[in-house]
Amino acid sequence: MAQVEKRAGSLPATFEWEYAPAPEARDIVQIRERYGLFVGGEEVEPKTDQWFASVSPSTEETLFEVAQAGEADVALAVDAARDAFDNGWSALAPSERAKYLFRLARLIQERSRELAVAESLDGGKPIRESRDVDIPLAAAHFFYYAGWADKLEYAYPGRNPRPLGVAAQIIPWNFPLLMLAWKIAPALACGNTVVLKPAETTPLTAMLFADICRQAELPPGVVNLVTGDGATGAYLVQNEGIDKLAFTGSTEVGKLIMRELAGRDVKMTLELGGKAANIVFDDAALDQAVEGIVNGIYFNQGHVCCAGSRLLVQESIYEPLLEKLKRRLSTLRVGDPLDKNTDVGAINSKAQLDKISELVASGEAEGAEIYQPECRLPERGYWFVPTLFTNVAQSYRIAQEEIFGPVLSVLTFRTPEEAVEKANNTPYGLSAGVWTEKGSRILWMVERLRAGVVWANTYNRFDPTSPFGGYKESGFGREGGRHGLEPYLRFDE
Amino acid sequence: MAQAPALVGGFELPSGPRLPRIGSVDAVALEERAATLAKRSIKRESKVQALELAVRMMDLTTLEGQDTPGKVAALCSKAMRPDPLDLSVPSVAAICIYPSLVGIAKERLAGSGVKVASVATAFPSGQSPTEIKLAETRAVVELGADEVDMVIDRGAFLSGRYAKVFDEIVRVKEACGDAHLKVILETGELGTYDNVRRASLIAIAAGADFIKSSTGKVSPAATLPVTLCMMEVVRDVYAETGHVVGIKPAGGIRASKQAVQYLVTLYETLGPRWMTPDLFRFGASSLLNDVLMQLRKEKTGRYQSADYFTID
Repeated sequence: MAQVEKRAGSLPATFEWEYAPAPEARDIVQIRERYGLFVGGEEVEPKTDQWFASVSPSTEETLFEVAQAGEADVALAVDAARDAFDNGWSALAPSERAKYLFRLARLIQERSRELAVAESLDGGKPIRESRDVDIPLAAAHFFYYAGWADKLEYAYPGRNPRPLGVAAQIIPWNFPLLMLAWKIAPALACGNTVVLKPAETTPLTAMLFADICRQAELPPGVVNLVTGDGATGAYLVQNEGIDKLAFTGSTEVGKLIMRELAGRDVKMTLELGGKAANIVFDDAALDQAVEGIVNGIYFNQGHVCCAGSRLLVQESIYEPLLEKLKRRLSTLRVGDPLDKNTDVGAINSKAQLDKISELVASGEAEGAEIYQPECRLPERGYWFVPTLFTNVAQSYRIAQEEIFGPVLSVLTFRTPEEAVEKANNTPYGLSAGVWTEKGSRILWMVERLRAGVVWANTYNRFDPTSPFGGYKESGFGREGGRHGLEPYLRFDE
Repeated sequence: MAQAPALVGGFELPSGPRLPRIGSVDAVALEERAATLAKRSIKRESKVQALELAVRMMDLTTLEGQDTPGKVAALCSKAMRPDPLDLSVPSVAAICIYPSLVGIAKERLAGSGVKVASVATAFPSGQSPTEIKLAETRAVVELGADEVDMVIDRGAFLSGRYAKVFDEIVRVKEACGDAHLKVILETGELGTYDNVRRASLIAIAAGADFIKSSTGKVSPAATLPVTLCMMEVVRDVYAETGHVVGIKPAGGIRASKQAVQYLVTLYETLGPRWMTPDLFRFGASSLLNDVLMQLRKEKTGRYQSADYFTID
């Protein structure tokens, strides 16, 4: 023991190393003062004559103004989409449709740096993620569905797949351009036209996408974009001219939409909230599991519907795993989204920050133990320190409700049966993670977990070829893969 | 004779405390983490700081059949004063050479603070009888080597004779006396990260002061993921027992950019306390000039021709 103490005592003075700021240049994106609606291939002013500001969550500065679309604006957009559908797009040779999609994909790639900077400015996510995840995946979705456009007969042999008509699409603020791609690419590939409403707080990349549509010479009216708040979304849902509604967002709004569309002949897919379990067994590769846990909940500030927000740890490795996790948390770099070294960016909006703060306060009040690493946050902007809770009971709100922020609740289990039971004990069912070296246990778990996506020894990994969607109150319908075509087609059988 | 380690339950350090469980390593996630760390953008003053540290951490190496006293003498001069035009550039940590050249190096480096590291134990293959390896170790220590870089017996390791590997390290450590022992795992021959982790733990349990990735004679030599894997072992050992072990990636690190990536990985894995030549070394030969070139660029704002840096 003496020898060990001697060596430990001989540790030299610490070496403090501050990384110098490494910001991505923001002048690659030209932001205009004002963006109108994109209807029938042209930018138009809203009939409401109302505009609202889009704020950068990392600085609270107003970046630009965007139109608030009213009922009449939405109706015009739906009419433009109907017109484009009836007069050309639906009758276009599928291989021609594919060409447009390939063009959109390539233009996204060409303008990827601009789009990445725009995404980080407007939404607050780290440039590392918008550059390496959001934008490349958005392009990949267009490439992938471009390939399906002229092969629908092979995807559904003998079923005569045909487009539905006008697809209304409402997307959230957590992955603005990526969600736009998830929605628009399969819809166009199947021969539909679309009216899409970007999220209220993150319309910038959609506005740039309008420009990309013009660059690609996409026929007018095939893609229409209407900006606005929840009211605009409601007008879109209520519009009689839509044939399909695709919504990604909160379970609360999802329920309202279902009520609204009950009894109407509108095909529907909903991708809603989640409270995923990330389950770590005692034989897992611990250091890599820690990386997966961090990626599962702190990726995109936890603004991820499939975030691994409940960590289930086998009790026998609880202590070493928590020690590793806390140490890792202290190395997360929170700050300027445009800095290439930032791991965790800004919370998307003031409203979201308030919601996270409220739920975290409830966790402390209910008796959970909070851990937050030491962390210097910028003075302006909306920020939340990466947080984890231990001593969490299944009944606490932080174990039940979707926080949609960088907050992890840690629970323990003893046996695989108990892990499954706890993981499934939620109204949601979007995703789950399993960490074990044992292949047979992965398969055993996958059979029992009621979640649309189960990741094994990885987390938050997305690919256009892989279907994504929920069980229970996480929604229905699948996006991505061959499965993602079906919600945009009708069949003669 | 040392006690052979039982693999299932973990290892004991010579001084008693239990080492962490062996556990396992997930290759995909490990490589992903290393790739993320390699993307850190290190600029300006933080870069200068890193490059100067890299010089101080360098084991300037020549391990060729054609090495002569003249070659080693030139290398010693370079080691003491890497950039004759800029005296603010520090000396390197050590030079790393074959046993027969230890004498000349010792003479040249006397009083400079630059250490002499000698390879031993039938470098690079390690395929010799243990007695010969021990004799070689004693010989280099007698010649004045401050540090001994031994190789593990990969033949024994890969055939599952872990006790043989362990035992040999224990005996070489005894033969080293006060000299520092670096144990070369030759990760390029071990095949999996699980094996790298296992070999690292065996070496640490047997008394290694440093674990070193490679001889430089086998491809791949050091890689960022393999070094990260070794760092994670060192971190586990420290967390569990307080025992401190150094790490030396060697071979294949030629560019300043790579060196900075290794330092970022070290900093974010083991923290500021490991950012010292006492606990981290680069085994390299051509890296030094590239670092000098980058340092000069950071200081003057211009790149200079390779002709302004000595080739030794």
